[in-house]
Parts: sequence; C-alpha cells; structure tokens
Amino acid sequence: MSPDQLPEIIAVKWKLWTLIVALGALTFALRFSFLGVIGARPLPPMVLRLLRYTPMAVIPGLVAPAVLWPAATGGETDPVRLAAAVMTVLAGVITRNTLASIGAGVAVLFGLPLLLG
Amino acid sequence: MPSPLRAAFLRGLAASLPFVLVIGPFGTLFGVVATGAGMTVLETMGFSVVVIAGAAQFAAVQLMQDGAPLVVVIFTAAAVNLRMAMYSASLAPHLGLAKLWQRALISYLLVDQSYVAAITEFTRNPDRPVAEKVAYFFGTVSLVVPLWYLSTWGGAAFGKAIPSDLALDFAVPIAFLAMIAPVLRTPAHYAAALVSVGGTLALWWMPYSSGLLVASAAAMIVGALVETLWEKRA
Repeated sequence: MSPDQLPEIIAVKWKLWTLIVALGALTFALRFSFLGVIGARPLPPMVLRLLRYTPMAVIPGLVAPAVLWPAATGGETDPVRLAAAVMTVLAGVITRNTLASIGAGVAVLFGLPLLLG
Repeated sequence: MPSPLRAAFLRGLAASLPFVLVIGPFGTLFGVVATGAGMTVLETMGFSVVVIAGAAQFAAVQLMQDGAPLVVVIFTAAAVNLRMAMYSASLAPHLGLAKLWQRALISYLLVDQSYVAAITEFTRNPDRPVAEKVAYFFGTVSLVVPLWYLSTWGGAAFGKAIPSDLALDFAVPIAFLAMIAPVLRTPAHYAAALVSVGGTLALWWMPYSSGLLVASAAAMIVGALVETLWEKRA
C-alpha cells in the first residue's frame, strides 16, 4: 500500500501517536474516575443507567454505514457484506456466543461468493 | 504471598479462563486489521498497550478509514469507553480503600472481562477483606491482558501473510456486530441499537462523522427511558 492511499491520521505519524496517547489517557481517566476517589459517593441510578447503554448506543451506529455503504465497493451496497452482517447478528442473538457469531458472519462473507461463483 | 491472597488470586485466574478463548482471536484480529490499515507493528502495539480496549481500538481504526478528523476519532472512540466510568463506579465500594498505586493499576487493567468476573465475585462475597478483593482482581487480568498484547502482536507480525483480496475491510464490522448481538436481550437494548443505527444513517450528512455522536447520545437516552418505562409497566 503506498503512503498516499493511507488514511491521513495513519500516514501523519504525530497525529497517530496523538490519537493513541489521547485515547489512552481519556480511557484511563474514565476507568480511574471513581476508583481514584476514596469514598466516592455512588452515581445517581439514572446516570448509571445511561452509561450502561453506551455500547448499544455507539457500536450499531458506528457499523451501520460500513455495512450499507462499504468503502471497499466505492459506497455501493454489497449483497454479500449485507448478508454477512445480518448472519452475524442472527447467529449472535440465537447462540449468545461471540465466536459463533463471528464464525457465521465470516462463513457467509467468504462462502457466499464461492457459492455464487 | 500469604495463602488467603494466593487463593483469591487463583480464584480470579480461574474465573477469567472462559474469556481467554475470546481475547486471543480478538487481539489477533486487531493486529491484522490495524496493520492492514497501514499501521506498523509498533503503532499497533501502542494501541493495545496504551488503550487496552478492543471496541474503542476497532472504532478508532474504522473512523480513521472513514476519513474522520483527529479530534472526532479521539472523542468518538473514547465515547465507546464511557461504560468504563460505570465499571469504576460499581467497583469503588469494593476496591476504593486499596492503596493508590493499586487503584491506579486496577484502573489501567479494567477491561470488560475483568470487570464482569470481579463484580460477580464481589457481589457474591461482599465482606472479604480489601486485600483479597485486590488479589482476586489481579487474578482476573493476569492471563487476559498479557494474552491481549501477545495476540495483537501475533496478528500484526504475521497478518501480512493473509491474501489482500479477501474482504478484510469487513472484519471490523463483523467483530463489532458479534460483540453486540449476543448481549441484545431487552426491549431497551433493541431500542438503543435501532436509534443508534437510524440516527447515524439519518445524520450521515453532518460533517466529520459527528452525526454518530449525536445519534449515540440519543440512543443512550432512549435505552435508559425504555428501561425505566418497562420497569414501571412490570
């Protein structure tokens, strides 16, 4: 891969290391937030409730554009990638197992093109 | 180490064993995806050692490939880790009286797997001494975290052997969906996920991938609201 094809943040080294250090520092701050303060009073239940939904709130939205409009196909919806995504979710909901879910998605992603020739 | 502490440490270690199966493949995948996106082995290891948070690391790679600017990548990936504040709050009653350096180290090592194993134990046995709880926590991370480093390195060092015509770009979305789908249980989970997807797609026109942050905030509120309403109904 030539440097001009790289995402800008990966190509420009100071940006990449700024990202790594800043993300590490912010993540540590979140982890240390309450453990760091002795005798921290518990958070209001409503705040805890909001925080509990962060994975569900961020990750599906993060993935959705990549599923519907993959950059690798120039943003055109790809039936194989779409089917693989649907299969990953279905397998995950049914088996409740992350590895089984990945296995099902990968099987469709690589198997379907073979089946369709 | 005195024997009650050693026993607690070993129980923590045993509780983490099921997670070992999951961490290896995820770390390897991150190594493959990050080097595939153009990072060096050192930079890839930088992520896994400095951040140790798989979902945020994958999110950062995805956003960089989407061409999002630096500040947006930092804050959106950090938003994926907001749940860590909740972990910290819920462990504080159990570990808040440990020594400062221990609490700092625990914070660095506070990952999903160590949190789940530790809070399960502390809820079951709330009256154990703080030193035993600390030993138990360190037991839960002693395999998982080194394995995270090692598997990242393995994926980064040997991932180049994977043929480049495979649809590897899609490994990240699949990994994310496979993290989320198994824990989709309640109506509130589904509501949050739907708002997240619908909101992000509807706000895709917003500059610098900022629609995702707006949609995420809305999805958190909807998830918490649906949970509250559901409880009242029941």
